[in-house]
Amino acid sequence: MRFQPLRWVGVLPFFAFSALFLIAPTLYIVINSFRSGVSAIEGANFWTLQNFRDLMTPSVINAYWVSIKISFFSAVLGCLIGFAMAAAVTFGQLPRVLKQPLLTFSGVASNFAGVPLAFAFIATIGPAGLITLWLRNEFGINLRVLGFNLLSTRGLVITYLFFQIPLMILIITPALEGLKREWREAAAILGATGAQYWRMVALPILFPSLLGTLALLFANSFGAVATAIALTGPSLNIAPILLYAQIRGDVLGSPNVGYALATGMIVITALANGLYIWLRTRSERWLK
Amino acid sequence: MKALAWFSFLFGATFFILPLIGMAEFSLSMLRGVYSFEAYRVVLRDPAFQATFLYSVMMALGTIVLGIGLVVPTAYWVRLRLPQARPLIEFITLLPLVIPAIVIVYGYIRMFNTSSILPLTGSVTGTNILLLFGYTTLALPYMYRAVDTGLRTIDVGTLTEAAQSLGAGWVTILGRLILPNVLTAVLSGAFLTFAIVIGEFTMAALLNRPAFGPYMQLMGANRAYEPAALAVIAFGITWACMGLISVVGRLSKHTRAAR
Repeated sequence: MRFQPLRWVGVLPFFAFSALFLIAPTLYIVINSFRSGVSAIEGANFWTLQNFRDLMTPSVINAYWVSIKISFFSAVLGCLIGFAMAAAVTFGQLPRVLKQPLLTFSGVASNFAGVPLAFAFIATIGPAGLITLWLRNEFGINLRVLGFNLLSTRGLVITYLFFQIPLMILIITPALEGLKREWREAAAILGATGAQYWRMVALPILFPSLLGTLALLFANSFGAVATAIALTGPSLNIAPILLYAQIRGDVLGSPNVGYALATGMIVITALANGLYIWLRTRSERWLK
Repeated sequence: MKALAWFSFLFGATFFILPLIGMAEFSLSMLRGVYSFEAYRVVLRDPAFQATFLYSVMMALGTIVLGIGLVVPTAYWVRLRLPQARPLIEFITLLPLVIPAIVIVYGYIRMFNTSSILPLTGSVTGTNILLLFGYTTLALPYMYRAVDTGLRTIDVGTLTEAAQSLGAGWVTILGRLILPNVLTAVLSGAFLTFAIVIGEFTMAALLNRPAFGPYMQLMGANRAYEPAALAVIAFGITWACMGLISVVGRLSKHTRAAR
């Protein structure tokens, strides 16, 4: 087709907006993470990898590592529990009335993130929460003595599950419904047991969806700031909170090292999301 | 098999219900020994609550208007005349899911600061506009997907030609033909946007705007019972938005003519 410039005028506002308020600010961060910045001594602004070298302090590496661990565990647990629940309502012979409410609730809960979510968990298993007090008063079980603290990485994983599980349910239920009855019947006719059908037919077909959703859930919790800050305050050393503190008060001591911290976060979420998009196109071959 | 299914369903359901009971119970326990709505009364009377809540509602409405104005013409034009631009535009609309919001707002703060060409953060109005644009980018993935799905169900080409033969201009076509036809989709995108914007914390806090999200965070750091009441209110808003989406979706089925 011939290039017709006039046709592109219709999408000009969109491109102008996204270039100015989405792409340019991101590029600004990424580009400047490779720049030295104008220093008082040298005065010049040159290309460098020094910002990333400066970033490699034990404290920052630890922040990334804790973030990755939180995101990974909340993604894995979210996938497992979400899959179990979706499978239960799809072919677990549960009453059919349960399915639609579960999906509706998942739509709500997957959007119920941020500050109020932290409040809900503090009121439930926080130091003076409903369950904490109930366990202590009725059974003499003191969660704090047992080493559980909501305001910790483990607490964050549990809290994140409240939006991770519903997101998994929302994404995987259509995939489970896409498994054709004929495949199961064909496998059964050829003498496969239920376990063999799952191991050799269903799971290989679902595998790209499962892995892709795992990547999506990982990215989903990696960039979450509000819940973490409302839950633990600015003290917990994880990448998004560190970046928040850097934007507020330059805790790393150099704006350009701050850009490098942000670029690192983009790289991690971009890898995870890229994996998700790639695997989703693969899974769509079978599950149409 | 069936027992396992029941177990996983009940396990998950318990996990979901307990925090909701916890926050509801906590929000009612401000007065010692009795359940009362004291925490809600205190919160609702707080002038800071009223101001920040109103601010966030206005922001959400502004985001919805700007989002519709940006997405509907674009998605329409892509369907009508520019199908080759679809992959690029879809990619751009997915970017806000890939780039964490905190990074986007970091870029804003540095790019539009007082010493830049476009010093938006220099004035209150400018920062408000910047926050509005930030929310619009956050809403872009949801808005675009909703509108594009809506456009798929109508015959854009035929409708446009029919309108043009009757002498309609582009504004009439978009405002009186396309928009009403995809209203369901637009509304579901709008309600989702509302749910996201109303309690948004990161962008508003870093741009120092008095929005509902930072207000909630401040309450959480300083009070005991009010945060639980705020959480119940926020959950109710999210629930209402999702409920409205499904209500709108159901209504549209009746308005479609039989084939």
